[in-house]
Amino acid sequence: MLDHRNNWRDTRHDTWRDTLPNGAGVGYKPQHFSNLVADKSPVEWLEIHAENYMGAGGRPLAQLRALSDLFPISVHGVGLSIGGEGRLDPDHLARLKHLLDWLQPARFSEHLAWSTHGGAFFNDLLPLPYTEATLTRVCAHINELQDRIGRQMLLENPSAYLAFSESTYAEVDFLREIAKRTGCGLLLDVNNVFVSATNLAFDPISYIDAFAHEAVGEIHLGGHDEDADETGAPLLIDSHGREVADPVWALYAHSLSVGGAKPTLIEWDTDVPEWKVLAAEADRAAALLHRVPA
Amino acid sequence: MTQSAFIAAVLDPDAPIPMGLTDASDRPVAARFNVYRNNVAVSLKEALSSGFPAIKSLLGAAFFDAMTGVYLRAHPPKSPRLALYGETFPEFLAGFEPVRHLPYLPDVARLEYALRQSYHAADATVLTAEALQHPEAFTRPLRLAPSVFWIESASPVTQIHAAALGGSNPTGGAEDALITRAGFDPVATGFPPGTSAVLTALNAGTPLSEALNFAPGALDLSAFLCALLTGGALTLPQDTAHV
Repeated sequence: MLDHRNNWRDTRHDTWRDTLPNGAGVGYKPQHFSNLVADKSPVEWLEIHAENYMGAGGRPLAQLRALSDLFPISVHGVGLSIGGEGRLDPDHLARLKHLLDWLQPARFSEHLAWSTHGGAFFNDLLPLPYTEATLTRVCAHINELQDRIGRQMLLENPSAYLAFSESTYAEVDFLREIAKRTGCGLLLDVNNVFVSATNLAFDPISYIDAFAHEAVGEIHLGGHDEDADETGAPLLIDSHGREVADPVWALYAHSLSVGGAKPTLIEWDTDVPEWKVLAAEADRAAALLHRVPA
Repeated sequence: MTQSAFIAAVLDPDAPIPMGLTDASDRPVAARFNVYRNNVAVSLKEALSSGFPAIKSLLGAAFFDAMTGVYLRAHPPKSPRLALYGETFPEFLAGFEPVRHLPYLPDVARLEYALRQSYHAADATVLTAEALQHPEAFTRPLRLAPSVFWIESASPVTQIHAAALGGSNPTGGAEDALITRAGFDPVATGFPPGTSAVLTALNAGTPLSEALNFAPGALDLSAFLCALLTGGALTLPQDTAHV
């Protein structure tokens, strides 16, 4: 696969790219390549989806190599199925390790969810009951993953549309316990908190206040769609297809006041807008970040 | 609840909602569960739609949407690399009764899949037109670049593909489609049936001068060589360590 370039990053000795700055980043979309190369401002780092860069060559890897000379990169996996009942897919683990070894990104993150079952991949972040059994399984998978890739991962809180009657942990406690047992960090997706809080009728402020901020290495912000359930109650969908909603910005500001400044990403994955629209969202995050006392 | 039970209900829109799910305040959960049903189906249909735009154009968006709903349930992706989803789509099309009257569809799908494989294939140092000035280039073993693919079709598959995406109407009959990638964007070029024998020979290490002996009489050799060179299709064996 990428073997002929395995040593490409080893020749570098600068370290700025090894850490995400406490500034604004965006989820990278190829249509924004020339904008980002021409003028980085206000973006200080980029995130890519791991699965889109597991080919052997061509434009995706060439663009990624060029961008990683300009930005610290965070690699975000969407297909590892850490919450799956089955074992982690060894082929996918190997592909992920190959990408991380080649790119040497500043961060790697994945989701508290499952997406693979019985050898089939369903391309959605499916929910888990928060029980002792799933806690044990998720921790075993994270331990295996971190051992394999030789680095700490960040685990992201999911957006929820429903919950399981069998759950015995609150989500914040479940995440805190995973971080404690595995040494992984956490990725706090503030939009997911707002979406879940609306859909499951809990208080998002209390969730943020109870979150293990000391373990947070990255924050995500994204847009959601508004729908309604059978009773007319709001049902929010984590779509990443529009601007971050105002109440999510407010919740983000609250999170910064509780947990301090963190590298903050704007996610916009569907109906991707022209660059200036996305840059304006990053600007808004940067403005809030810069108000946080050092 | 097992994940088997959960995903079975996600994939079957008519199945009852699994027990044990709640929104925490006793509201009904069907609309909430349907979010997962919708996410799975829509995202996999989108992957197929962006991977097979000519098939979608030939069949129309509504038919394509319904047909891919059948396909994704019978053949969900085997890996999270959605760039490679749809490997079995040509065979599915060949056996899907409602499109049996369009016998060229599977080859158009093979072409679209090969274009995607080419797009993601490994880079290689390729032979330039200048290198071909040396007589030795014709007598030493060469290899095809990793981005080269070909399809033998009983239909004018490259023309049908181009027409589906806005080109002019196809003419002619069977052809061998050569997919090459100069730089980053793959292109497909049609050649007379039998041309693939030259490519097979080249890839087996047969020097160009001998491989061209396999060419069908109808092949325009200079156009073919030009397509290979401008398409970055030829490499030296040491540049194919990825194989």
